[in-house]
Amino acid sequence: MNDRSSALLAFLAFVTALVLVPQPIGGQTTSGTRQTTGGTKSAGARATAKKTAPVQRTPWGDPDLQGVWNDATSTPLQRPGDLAGKDVLNDEEAAEFQEQTAHGLTRDRRDGGRDADVNRAYNEHWMDARRLKITADHRTSLIVDPPDGRIPSLVPLSPERQKARAARADANARFNAGMPNTFHDMSLPVRCIIRTDSPPYLPTIYNNDFHIFQSPGYVAIAPEMIHSARIIPLDGRPHLRGDLQQWLGDTRGHFDGPTLVVETTNFRADDGVVFQGANPATYRITERFTRVDADTLNYEFTIEDPMTWTRPWTARIPWTKIDPGEQMYEYACHEDNFDIVHFLTGARAREKRGETVGPRPAGAAAAGER
Amino acid sequence: MADGHPDLNGIWQAFVTANFDIQDHEAQPGPHPEIMGAYGAELPGQSIVEGGDIPYQPWALAKKKENFAKRMTVDVSSDKTWHASGDPELKCYMPGVPRATYMPLPFQIVQGSSPYILVAYAFTSATRTIRMNWKGDAPTDAWMGWSRGRWEGETLVVDVTGQREETWLDRAGDFHSDKFHVVERYTPASPYHLLYEATIEDPKVYTRQWKMSFPLYRRVEKNLQLLEFKCVPFTEELLYGKFRKPNGDVK
Repeated sequence: MNDRSSALLAFLAFVTALVLVPQPIGGQTTSGTRQTTGGTKSAGARATAKKTAPVQRTPWGDPDLQGVWNDATSTPLQRPGDLAGKDVLNDEEAAEFQEQTAHGLTRDRRDGGRDADVNRAYNEHWMDARRLKITADHRTSLIVDPPDGRIPSLVPLSPERQKARAARADANARFNAGMPNTFHDMSLPVRCIIRTDSPPYLPTIYNNDFHIFQSPGYVAIAPEMIHSARIIPLDGRPHLRGDLQQWLGDTRGHFDGPTLVVETTNFRADDGVVFQGANPATYRITERFTRVDADTLNYEFTIEDPMTWTRPWTARIPWTKIDPGEQMYEYACHEDNFDIVHFLTGARAREKRGETVGPRPAGAAAAGER
Repeated sequence: MADGHPDLNGIWQAFVTANFDIQDHEAQPGPHPEIMGAYGAELPGQSIVEGGDIPYQPWALAKKKENFAKRMTVDVSSDKTWHASGDPELKCYMPGVPRATYMPLPFQIVQGSSPYILVAYAFTSATRTIRMNWKGDAPTDAWMGWSRGRWEGETLVVDVTGQREETWLDRAGDFHSDKFHVVERYTPASPYHLLYEATIEDPKVYTRQWKMSFPLYRRVEKNLQLLEFKCVPFTEELLYGKFRKPNGDVK
C-alpha cells in the first residue's frame, strides 16, 4: 500500500472508529492492570447518598424525567491502571486528571506531525465540548462495581464463540486496512443499523443527547444517534416471546420509588448487537434512571452474562440537562452514507493494484466489536 | 390531558393503500411478476387527495412520470447523483411527512406534560418531535422535517417545514421540492379514530395548494407494541452489492 493511500485510509478508519464505536473515550480503557480493592462501598453510591431532592412528578404522578439530557464525560468506563485503588480524586488530583484526559481527547492541537494532524481533521468544532470534563463527583471510572472499576474477567469462551470472534476480528482487520470485501465486513454502526441508540448508553465524541418523553403508562427515550425511539411500557406486560427478537431488544420498565428501572431482553443474535460480543441469549441489561435534581439524572446500568463475564458489573453516568437554548436535531445516517461506497470502491481499486490485507495482529481476536 | 387538550396518546395506523399511490390506483402486477407473482402485486385504492388529482405544473407531471419509470433504478456509485433516482422507500430512507403517516405500519404518539410530543414510526424507526408553540424556524433540512404544533380547539395543528427535498409521497413517483410546506391537522373523531388532514403547498411543483385526508385508527390489541422495521439490512445488497469483492463475501 502506498503512503498516501494508507494515510487516507488511516484517516477514514480512525474517524469512523471514533465516530461510530460507542466506547468510552481515550486510551485509558485498555491500560493498566486489574486490581481489586475489596469491599468498600463504591464511590458512586457515596456520591448519590449525598444528594437529596424532592421528586419532581408529572401531572399523572410518575417521577418526571422529561427533557433533553447529555451524557458526555471524559471519565473513562474503566479505571486507568495508574489510578488503581483510587476510586475518587480530591480536588487537586481531579483537576490534573481532567487536564490529562482532556489533552488526550482534544483535537485542538498541532503536535504529532502530519498524520496525526490529518487524523484530527474532524476538529474540535465537530465534538461535544462536554466530553472534556470528568464527572462532578471526581470518580476515576464510570464502573462503580466491581470496586476496582474494571470490566470483570471473561469466562472461557466456547470454541464456536472463539471462532465467531476471530471471524469478526478478521472482518474488522479488513475494514481497518481499507480492504473490506463487502458491507458485511463493516460494523453495525458503520452500516447505520444501530449506533448509540442501543443500551448501554455510553458517552462518545459527539451526539450525546437523549430526549426523554413520558405519557401515562409509557416512557420513551429518543437517543440522538440514530433517530430511533425506545418506547418503554410501564404496565407490567410480559416481554415478547423469546423467538421475537429485535436489534434494540424488547424493553419493559417500572418505577421503583423515584427510579425508572428498565429491563431489556430479546436481542437479536447478530454480532455487535450486545456489549462487547456478549452472548445475546444469556445477556441481561438493567438500567436505572433517577432524577437527582432539576438538571441532573443518574443513569446506571448493570450487565450480566454468565456466558461472557465472571460476574455482573455496573456503571453510573451522570446525565445533565442541556441548555434550554439548545435543541436536539435529527441524526440521519443511512440516507447519505456515502463513505460505505467510498470504502468498498477504494478496496476494489486497491485490489486491482495487487494490495492485500496483512495478517491480523496477535490478540486481536479477543476484542469484541463494541 | 391535565392541560385540557385532547389526549392523542396511542398506537395509530392508516388503513389506506396510499403508499402505492395517493391518487386513484387500480390493482397492478408490481415489479418482477415473473418471480414475485401475486406477492408483488400492488393493491387498489381510491385517491386520498381532495378532488382526486394533485395539481402539478406541467414539467412536474412529467417529472413524476419519470420518477415512476425509474422508481427501482438505484445507483449510489457517485455522491453527486446518490439521490438522483429510485423511490426513497426502496432504499429504506426516512419517509418524511405526510408519507410516514400512511406507510402500512403503525406509529405511536407520546404526549406528556412537556412542550414536546414524540411521534415514533415503525418504518425504519423514524421519529420526529413536534415542538409546541415553537417560534424558531427549521435550523436545517431534515428527512422528517421540522414540526411545530399548536392547538386549535380540539385539533392538533402541525406545521412542517425544512424537509429534505428527496422524499417522495408514494411509490408512484409523486414528489415535491425544497419549498415543500405541509400543515397537518389531527382531530379526534371518536375514542378510536382521528381525522388526519394535510394541506400541502410547494410553489415550485404545484399550481395551487392542495389537501389530503383519511382517518387514523387506534390499534386496540392487548399488549400491542411497535415492532422494529429496521430496513437497512434489506437494502444493502441492492445499494452496495455491486461493490463487493468478486467471490469475496465470506459472510
